[in-house]
Amino acid sequence: MSQDIFVIIEHLRGQVSEISFVMLAGARQLSKSTGGNVTAILLGQKAQGLASNLAADKVLYMDHPALAEFTSNAYELAVVGLIKENSPRAVLLGHSSIGMDIVGGLSVKLGLPIVSSCRSFTTDGKYVSQICGGKIMVEGELPGPTALVTMVPGVYKAEQGQGTQAPALTIVPAPALDGLRVSIKQYIEPDTSDVDITKETMLVSVGRGIQNKDNIELANELAAALACAVSASRPVVDQGWLATTRLVGKSGKKVKPKIYLALGISGAPEHVEGMGESGAIIAINTDPNAPIFNIAKYGTTIDMFDLIPVLTDKVKQAK
Amino acid sequence: MKIAVPVKFVPDLVEELNIDPSGTALDTAWLRLIINEFDDHAVEQAILLKEKGGGQVTVMTIESEGADDFLFAAAAKGTDQLIKLTGDFSNVNNHGLARAYADILKELQPDLILTGVQAHNDLDGSVGPLLAEQLGLPYVGYVAGVSISGDKVIARKEYSGGLVAEVEIKLPAVLGIQASEQPPRYIAYSKIRQVMGTAKIEEKPVAALDLSGGTAVSRMFQPEVSQRANMLEGGADEVADKLVAIFKELGTL
Amino acid sequence: MEITLSPLEPSVSKTFLASLMGLENGERIRTCLQCGTCSGVCPFGYIMKFPPGKMIGALRSEFFDQVIKSDSVWMCVSCNACSAFCPSNIPITAALMTRAKEEMLLAGNVPSELQSALENTQRYGNPLGESPRKRADWTIGLQPEVNLLAKTRQPVDVLWYVGDYASYHSRMQSATKALAKILNLLGIKFGILGPEEYSDGDSQRLAGERGLFEMMAQKNGQIFRRYKFNEIITTDPHAFNALKNEYPSLGIAYPVKHYTQFLYERIEQIKPLLKNEIKARVAYHDPCYLGRVNGIFDEPRNILKAIPGVELVEMTHQRLNSLCCGGGGGGMWLDGFQWEKAHTRLSEWRVREAVAAGAEILAVGCPYEPPRFEDAIKTIQNAGQLKVREIAELLAQAMDL
Repeated sequence: MSQDIFVIIEHLRGQVSEISFVMLAGARQLSKSTGGNVTAILLGQKAQGLASNLAADKVLYMDHPALAEFTSNAYELAVVGLIKENSPRAVLLGHSSIGMDIVGGLSVKLGLPIVSSCRSFTTDGKYVSQICGGKIMVEGELPGPTALVTMVPGVYKAEQGQGTQAPALTIVPAPALDGLRVSIKQYIEPDTSDVDITKETMLVSVGRGIQNKDNIELANELAAALACAVSASRPVVDQGWLATTRLVGKSGKKVKPKIYLALGISGAPEHVEGMGESGAIIAINTDPNAPIFNIAKYGTTIDMFDLIPVLTDKVKQAK
Repeated sequence: MKIAVPVKFVPDLVEELNIDPSGTALDTAWLRLIINEFDDHAVEQAILLKEKGGGQVTVMTIESEGADDFLFAAAAKGTDQLIKLTGDFSNVNNHGLARAYADILKELQPDLILTGVQAHNDLDGSVGPLLAEQLGLPYVGYVAGVSISGDKVIARKEYSGGLVAEVEIKLPAVLGIQASEQPPRYIAYSKIRQVMGTAKIEEKPVAALDLSGGTAVSRMFQPEVSQRANMLEGGADEVADKLVAIFKELGTL
Repeated sequence: MEITLSPLEPSVSKTFLASLMGLENGERIRTCLQCGTCSGVCPFGYIMKFPPGKMIGALRSEFFDQVIKSDSVWMCVSCNACSAFCPSNIPITAALMTRAKEEMLLAGNVPSELQSALENTQRYGNPLGESPRKRADWTIGLQPEVNLLAKTRQPVDVLWYVGDYASYHSRMQSATKALAKILNLLGIKFGILGPEEYSDGDSQRLAGERGLFEMMAQKNGQIFRRYKFNEIITTDPHAFNALKNEYPSLGIAYPVKHYTQFLYERIEQIKPLLKNEIKARVAYHDPCYLGRVNGIFDEPRNILKAIPGVELVEMTHQRLNSLCCGGGGGGMWLDGFQWEKAHTRLSEWRVREAVAAGAEILAVGCPYEPPRFEDAIKTIQNAGQLKVREIAELLAQAMDL
């Protein structure tokens, strides 16, 4: 039994994902109240190099061909033994396509409790999670003996989890990883033929409030007047009203434009993950209780269908 | 091909959410429940697979507000078997649900289990992976695209940034659905009413749920707004003028 | 949605035709002269692959399955122009178009916007997806307090059935409040249902959801039975139509008037209260379900003429051949779909007519209309000065409320 905090590092195609650094920052904060070390768990094949800027006290690295690409099956089997042997106080995983694929299996295999959607830890070591589309916050004691915690970005910054010195790395033996039932056939690259919204200095973004495909024309006209691009939240893309290349959010692109103009977007966490670090968020939403107003710099509850045509005209005149 | 879809109901966010007097849970007085959107997609995906390759679809849920309506609507879409778990569900978490569903599914022995990748009220992980492990089955989540190939299923797994991995999984398996290949279809109310007369919901009583694996809540609250947006007042003209000024100030115009 | 050619299925036509026979006057469809009047007077007839006349032709020639596969039917706004002008008195809208839309829904051929409106109605009792608890929020701040029957349980003279858009739509709430003030000034003892009120269901019925309509009607009927009142008035011609013409066959029958009829009955009491002049040329738009379908043309006009300063002008399409705003019968929820096909909106056509008639104010009597016409005004050059006002708003202005 230790008071250490494990962080399961996520990486794809040779790059450590941002959530990993966010988790390291969170682990550092948590370790202050548990009084243990921050240990990064890195799995892969010939991937030691990825540990170079992890802000951890030490790294446990497992090398195996079956770990070259992430698959839930292999990662779960690899991590299970490490947790059993070391009994850390907590294991942090990303609330992501990687972390969420394995945390459930680990919980049941090891009989350990899960805390999900965790945004931060308090100074006395409690977890603080955010649920119900961002409308409800939950706080509680970190369960024992080992808490499996999935983390979302929003409080800790990636920079806080990056170190200047490569931490001490120990190679640990991998368990038998054969007879795996999950394998990757191929990766499908994101479409690069369309506009790259991550490169825009301003974005006009539409959410459910746009109501139908036809109204997107309004957003297009405004974006044209502002010489920028149109992006969208998940519901708009799921309906097929805009291509997936325009999707901003957890499962889409992460953007940091100078101005993010959010039209009819409520501000659910999955979307905020993709644009929360924009320079200035300007939110137009008729619901005064929409969570987006908590992160926006400017806001208005005026109906976007009244505002947009007028705004487009004035922008054209101002140029 | 036997496909099972366990679903759950979550607080409807159209209504205002209030905290109950204990300060640790949602006030149920005005709480309305709605199907977890991702589970709705899972049902649609199951029906699409049945339409493409034949098979049998079973949808199951626990007794809850809206459960019967949802099951009948699922039947109207083409679901073959409807199961409702009955018992005391005043205290539920995903670990408990997963165990209860696992018991039923062990008897049912489906080839493929589809369920929503998550639900907005999840606090102890999501049901899919917990269920998979209870059944000793492999799990892949964030799936938006499923096809069956012999004794394997090919799933399109989504990562952030638009990257997609084509993952092959040996059946039987559990998939966490992010989005169905087509948005959930509309069912005319008259069709649902028709089905209410013919479809049968099998009720399966379950013992008290084993909730271990969840975690205690010491405080539930609405986010404190430390820095709310600077709200722009006025009509369309005035607000538009203010926005143009902001665009100029921030250097994008 | 593309039309895919496939082997003709005569059975579809036969079954559909048989289903029409059971509807009121449905058998008249056999007397169609194929004169084409319906297709000609239909505001979107020129765009439909199967305008009404051709639909009947397809039915007779047994290729109706082609009609169901196309998306023509969703261009219909249920304005009733075809039925009004048919020389054989075939109830084209009520029987054929509505039934055809039912088939489209059953086949799963439904535009997503309409799908949301229908799902919202089923779930929240209103197509806007608003919380039922907030249905009477428009009354907050009004003095004297509006009588919520669930709270006071008093018998009243008038049950005011407010309706979905009048209750929830931000633009329409000002008109709804205006009407409340007018009723108070006239000393009318009225009450509203607030959160207990469900959508009247008429537009959903016209969009093909007969089952959903019946569910809404039954729920409203149960609520009506709880309270004591002498008559019902509605803000909305669609609710008026439903309560007057459709609900009775479901066993829910009450005397009902549209608010303009109700106020016109009291015009002599109102006239001395009209203190403010509204000096303007006013064009009155006949709502489809008040005018064409239910024959009420004069009462609203007479109310407007009573307002000092008002000069009533008539648009090209008026009274029986008034031009639909495109909102009713599900049109409100097919806007995006219809725009993609037509690249024009009926509301824009109507606004142009108002401008051509020299109107300064476009007066309306239905909550679907102000948002639609005000949107249209923004896109029509020379229409910028045209104002859209609900009759209640004009009266309240004249009464200094």
